[in-house]
Amino acid sequence: MSEFFSMGGHGAYVWSAYGITLAVLIVNVWLVRAKRRSALQRAKALATQDEVPRKQPTVRRLQ
Amino acid sequence: MNVFNAVLLRDLRVAFRRWSELAHPLIFFVIVVTLFPLALSPTAAQLREVGIGVLWVAALLSSLLALDGLFRSDADDGSLEQLLLSPAPMTIAVLAKVVAHATVTLLPLMCLVPLSALSFNIPLNALPTLAFALVLAAPTLSVLVALGAALTVSLRRGGSIVGLLVLPLTGPLLIFGTRATDLSVNGEPTAAPLLFLAALAALAVSLGPLAIAAAVKVGLE
Amino acid sequence: MKLPRWFHQLGSPPYVYRLAERLAPWLGGLGLLLLAVGSYWGLVIAPPDYQQGDSARIIYIHPQTAYVGMMAYVVMAVAAGIGYVWRMKLAHAVAVSAAPIGAWFTFCALITGALWGRPTWGTYWQWGDPRIMSEALLLFLFLGYLALRGAFDDRDKADRVTAILAVVGVVNVPIIHYSVEWWNSLHQTSTLLAEGGPAMTIDMLIPFLIMFAGFTLTFYWLLLRRLQAEIVEREGNARWLRDWLAGARNE
Repeated sequence: MSEFFSMGGHGAYVWSAYGITLAVLIVNVWLVRAKRRSALQRAKALATQDEVPRKQPTVRRLQ
Repeated sequence: MNVFNAVLLRDLRVAFRRWSELAHPLIFFVIVVTLFPLALSPTAAQLREVGIGVLWVAALLSSLLALDGLFRSDADDGSLEQLLLSPAPMTIAVLAKVVAHATVTLLPLMCLVPLSALSFNIPLNALPTLAFALVLAAPTLSVLVALGAALTVSLRRGGSIVGLLVLPLTGPLLIFGTRATDLSVNGEPTAAPLLFLAALAALAVSLGPLAIAAAVKVGLE
Repeated sequence: MKLPRWFHQLGSPPYVYRLAERLAPWLGGLGLLLLAVGSYWGLVIAPPDYQQGDSARIIYIHPQTAYVGMMAYVVMAVAAGIGYVWRMKLAHAVAVSAAPIGAWFTFCALITGALWGRPTWGTYWQWGDPRIMSEALLLFLFLGYLALRGAFDDRDKADRVTAILAVVGVVNVPIIHYSVEWWNSLHQTSTLLAEGGPAMTIDMLIPFLIMFAGFTLTFYWLLLRRLQAEIVEREGNARWLRDWLAGARNE
């Protein structure tokens, strides 16, 4: 088993390469999720804003 | 062709009216070239080895300095918009502006580089190749610089970004330019890299103005 | 020029959003599965390289990430070009979405390349090697694109200006590819395309190709998900989006 992890003495290079690749993938997934969450939040905020009847513009009230 | 001549003459005249600004890239180039030996404190042989690269990089960096005169000042005083509204083809007008800009900024720089090469102990017989490579690289470089200026024409603080956009694109230029000079220092045939430089120049001059004109149009919309 | 119907459909945000919603789970599931299988195969089953030993196992991730980085640039440039020519906002959204993913993969290829270079060449970073240099330049192109994007407040203008930059920069991608032939260096020539067929044994070739497929599918999965978020961001208050959000809440 330890022979497998040492990779013939190159273990540090092989495993860190795979680890960094995995980390990059995870970071990408996380970034996409964060972007998705903030975009949806903003869209929802806009949608609920519109459900409440809008304040009448002051110009009209003056008429 | 009338458009080309008119814009070219007008830009040259404007440039010479502010001639002190034209010296900035040249002074910058001389300063960078002076700083390198200070930083490396090299022997004469080492100096010759790094010299060619230092000169090319310094020339690239200095050519970035004179960006504002290309489109920004014209966009500010509205003359660029007038040019856009006129029936004249924008591509030709842009090409004229690039040629004018190259004449007043790159040409003096090109004369300065071989002179500085002497101070780096680069052999005299390599200087013609160096100068020729610079002349072949100049069209590509000026098109790239103009593209950077055009892409950022509508940005207030575009200057800091232009380097990021333009410098990676100058990679091939640097490779072939320094390779040609290196080969001629060693007395080997230099045709291959010079032909590549010529090919890049042809590509840049034929397609570059289209991209620059498009970028200016979008920027001023 | 008359454009086919599917082209117009691909220009409609609700259509593309729903299409992405349907496709993404398949792409992601299959891509991640292939990556897991390929990694296991490459790390455990495949034999060590007869010259480089076990360090050659990086061959199952390094060329693939480099390839995905370049593909991302081409996808970005093509999408940006389509967006510029046909004024198609969705194409611009695709271009914007591809850029950060491509930058990450290119970064990953540089790091794994360095980690491979150390045991093989004895150095992490070989400044003289053309492919390392062009890969680094590709990363700079991505960063320049993202920086230019970030400098604009107006999204429409940013789309159109950065599209021009992307199309100009794509000239650099073939240069990356042919740099292998242009310059003699200590970088080994492309393993798959070496003369006389692949220079790999079949038990190394299979995980090598599985990883290619896995990374490609994973890229498109990330792209679709990012595109969805981008669409939501751009559509803001559109009717279909509000309906869709309401529907998703009721489910």
